[in-house]
Amino acid sequence: MQLQDLEKIFQDKIDKEIKIEPKDWMPDAYRKTNIRQISQHAHSEVVGMLPEGNWISRAPSLKRKAILIAKVQDEAGHGLYLYSSAETLGTSRDEMLEQLLSGKAKYSSIFNYPTLTWADMGAVGWLVDGAAILNQVMLCRTSYGPYARAMVRICKEESFHQRQGFETLLVLSKGTDEQKAMCQDAINRWWWPSLMMFGPRDSESTNSDQSVKWKIKRKTNDELRQQFIDMIAEQVKVLGMTLPDDKLKWNEERKHYDFGEIDWDEFWAVVKGNGPCNKQRLDARKKAHADGAWVREAALAHAAKKKNRQLQKVA
Amino acid sequence: MKTYNTKYFYGDYGEIETGGPATQQSQAEWPLWEVFIRSKQGLDHKHAGSLHAADAQMAIENARDVYTRRMEGVSLWVVESKYIHASNPDEAESLYEPANDKVYRHPTFYELPDEVGHM
Repeated sequence: MQLQDLEKIFQDKIDKEIKIEPKDWMPDAYRKTNIRQISQHAHSEVVGMLPEGNWISRAPSLKRKAILIAKVQDEAGHGLYLYSSAETLGTSRDEMLEQLLSGKAKYSSIFNYPTLTWADMGAVGWLVDGAAILNQVMLCRTSYGPYARAMVRICKEESFHQRQGFETLLVLSKGTDEQKAMCQDAINRWWWPSLMMFGPRDSESTNSDQSVKWKIKRKTNDELRQQFIDMIAEQVKVLGMTLPDDKLKWNEERKHYDFGEIDWDEFWAVVKGNGPCNKQRLDARKKAHADGAWVREAALAHAAKKKNRQLQKVA
Repeated sequence: MKTYNTKYFYGDYGEIETGGPATQQSQAEWPLWEVFIRSKQGLDHKHAGSLHAADAQMAIENARDVYTRRMEGVSLWVVESKYIHASNPDEAESLYEPANDKVYRHPTFYELPDEVGHM
């Protein structure tokens, strides 16, 4: 069959909402785009454990500590679901890890910001996970089967992340003056970076068109960002807090909130590696990987030894 | 870059057996396992996903941690991914074609008088 025919059959399937599965024919660029996107998504889950892991030992109560541990454990799990689905496209776990550790692969820039106070655990859950969920709900309907299935599982688990974050802030918002100030400060610091999570404006985004045509993405960056702003602008009222944007205003005509300009210089600086914690995060991953080397080797040696012993018993 | 299409994933077992594409899996990487979960007593095990583990015992322990953190299962199966044989999607048409024109295999093919009642 000619390449154009294969490509036509492929696009027809996508148009008819038929999922693409690992052994189906797919264009090379579709494979590469999915590998890139899924592995970056996996890396984000894994690196995303670091800013929160920072607070496990300092959580204000045993209850909060247990919740935080469960959340971080979920994120490890989400990373693993995603690595597995990327592997069905023919890349290997080692290869993906190597790309993360060498800095070749990106992860979500949001995790290059520091978590300075306990209120940040609330803001991260509410805003960062909230933004991630919008993206992830969309991806439950992505065209590549294994990715979509991983996302369904992730979304089921993720909603507790956002709710516990909001609840953490709600408690602080009803607390002492210091606690209220801490709550507002965390919202102020996380608001703009959360908006940046949706990526560059549609007019600047290089991957968007093709990804929408292939139904890898089903909404554009700007659509998702607006959806997020509309949602958060209402929820923040329940907290009795404000968002740090004096241009934020309901637009009756558009039926959406208008909002101020994102600092795109900051966005690109963090993407290019110059955020507050880029180096620290990568160093932490490298150290964890190096420190775990003996465990990986020992487990293989142990498995080989057990297998040998079994063979000898049989013989 | 020879990153893509190195095959060592589920459904490719037959190819490896017949000396097909060589695996590029590094020596240090733990093998890949497919995980199947029985969600409750009386139901089939269903494919949940995959993971890496050095041996079967570790695969089960990891499957518990990765796939059943919220009581999703009462029983786990793990099988090394390379042992799964899969049908070829390119041959799907001819493979399933014989079932296509045999409507008489379905109960709705037979028209019975109403007096018969539920059958």
